[in-house]
Amino acid sequence: MKRFLYELEESWKIAAAQMRSNMTRSTLTALGVIIGIVAVTLMGTAIGGISVGFDKSMSVLGDDVLYVTQWPWKPVDDWWNYRDRKKIQTEYAETINRMIAATPNSNLIVAVPTSSLMRSIKFGGNAVDNVFTLGTTSDFTLTSTIDCKEGRFFNEIESREGAQVVVIGYDVADALFPSESPIGKSVLINGQLFKVIGVNSRQGTFLGLFSWDSMVALPLTAFNKYFSSKSASDVRPDGASVESDVRVKVKDKTKLPEAKDELTGIMRRVRGLSPEKKEDFSINEQQAFKSTLDPVKNTIAVAGLFITGLSLFVGAIGIMNITFVSVKERTKEIGTRKALGARRRTILLQFLIESTALCLLGGFIGLVIAYLMCVGLGKAFPSFPIQFSFGLVIASMIVSILTGLVSGFAPAWSASRLDPVAALRYE
Amino acid sequence: MDGQQSVRPVGPIVIDIENITKDYVMGEEIVRALRGVTVQIRRNEYLAIMGPSGSGKSTLMNMLGCLDTPTSGRYEFNGRNVADMDDDELAAIRNREIGFVFQTFNLLPRATSLRNVELPLIYAGIDPDTREERATQALVDVGLGDRIHHKPNELSGGQRQRVAIARALVNDPSIILADEPTGNLDSKTGDEIMMLLEDLYRRGNTIILVTHERDIATHARRTIHLRDGLIEMDHAGFIPELDAVIAN
Repeated sequence: MKRFLYELEESWKIAAAQMRSNMTRSTLTALGVIIGIVAVTLMGTAIGGISVGFDKSMSVLGDDVLYVTQWPWKPVDDWWNYRDRKKIQTEYAETINRMIAATPNSNLIVAVPTSSLMRSIKFGGNAVDNVFTLGTTSDFTLTSTIDCKEGRFFNEIESREGAQVVVIGYDVADALFPSESPIGKSVLINGQLFKVIGVNSRQGTFLGLFSWDSMVALPLTAFNKYFSSKSASDVRPDGASVESDVRVKVKDKTKLPEAKDELTGIMRRVRGLSPEKKEDFSINEQQAFKSTLDPVKNTIAVAGLFITGLSLFVGAIGIMNITFVSVKERTKEIGTRKALGARRRTILLQFLIESTALCLLGGFIGLVIAYLMCVGLGKAFPSFPIQFSFGLVIASMIVSILTGLVSGFAPAWSASRLDPVAALRYE
Repeated sequence: MDGQQSVRPVGPIVIDIENITKDYVMGEEIVRALRGVTVQIRRNEYLAIMGPSGSGKSTLMNMLGCLDTPTSGRYEFNGRNVADMDDDELAAIRNREIGFVFQTFNLLPRATSLRNVELPLIYAGIDPDTREERATQALVDVGLGDRIHHKPNELSGGQRQRVAIARALVNDPSIILADEPTGNLDSKTGDEIMMLLEDLYRRGNTIILVTHERDIATHARRTIHLRDGLIEMDHAGFIPELDAVIAN
């Protein structure tokens, strides 16, 4: 064991001396690994970024909130079965809340109704079209990670009385009030004036998935009064349709299935379904959405890593080549070492460590370059998802070591098998 | 030398070779490099192996140095059968029992004298402190106490061969196997190296000298002449007349 350590130390010294004395050659060979590691690492950060972006978008939904909707959150083949379902009414929320209150040890906390519509918003000469306009109650803050940069969300009284107040998203505020605080100003939505009482803090967008940045929220009572036609079809004359659903906060997110069952029971009673009838509503959660997106995410990851992995493979071939050259050049040295008592393992180790050291060096430089590129990219495109993690550093180093071991093995093995007599005679 | 060679008493048998042969396959042909060599070498001998090229001299040296194993025959080194050992066992024998001195010195070019001399100790698993101490001592013993941190390209040919001899000595081997140790040196430096070997012999080392130069072989106390893979003559001391007869 001790001898192994000494041999290991000796091998590292030789590897370092080799690299120093063959600077150009080592640098060029390492370049292949550097490029490979940069490619793989950048792909890793991009994948990490995409993942974080997904999760961030997803967190808007909340992991402890159930959504009662007409359509399920997953692709369906028999869409016609869902099309004719009755719309979800915002009034269900009150009924559900009553039932929650009447149930001892309920897994649910509160039901919050939401209605939404795309509207234009104007202030002075500025206007933003197609803003996701949400009508809800003050309980909404319980179900969402939303928080205000300035001002506040509307309170219970404003909610109940249908006060003409609005909380606007970061991007909306930015577009309408480029140089002043929006708080206290009145914006025009659908010909009605609403006073801005809050601005959401910036959330960032990813792939155009949900973001509070480009939406506004106002009390449901006011929403219904001014935007909803209340017709059975919920379709306004201008064709814009109001989407309503009910979100229900769960007490304990580890008991999501139980909560879901409870809510299903409540909804069946709300809808008055007899036991043999199928449900005519869907209860969704963040997870369902995730499981649709995860395969996409994974496909991107696998394809990306495979393609960038090819460049690392090319680097590995370079290492293998140079190690073969090194073995050939130093045949006589190998012979001498064997004559002095180096065993096969010793020689094998020596060349494996040489190739590994080269790969590690390349990997390290590659990581530094990748890190600098990430920082640069992050500065240039703040919204571009980049995630440079410690785990990635470790992974890159492990990949470098493995590359060195794999690409160095064949040459090192051939070196260890050399016949000492022939090796000593080699010129 | 002065011709007044002192012969030291010999010790127990170190190398015991009986009827060994070695065949090489060269393309279609089988070359019989050794055809049945029997020899015993005792501790504290100074032996020269001579012979023209193609006589099997190098092959015998490879056998003695445990760099190769015989095709047939018995070879015992300090009572251990070497003929059937595998590569790693042979490596261990070479490491502990044999000190090689090569014609071309075979030093690692980028390592200092000290590191070159330390090499066999590393393979023997000696700890760094002891290693440095012993390697330094070996270099002092060959008169290179002031060249410890020099690299081979900073040393003269004679100094390089001294480093190689220090490396051969450092693990305190049973035999020192010198293959044409003066072949790459001018005659004056060659004489100095031969004086060093003489000195080592007098200090109790066993030396096997492989050479085709008669002048060099005269230093030995015993000479073996090889021809066509067989020992033609094995005699004490060096007899120039006899050698001349054989050469013809």
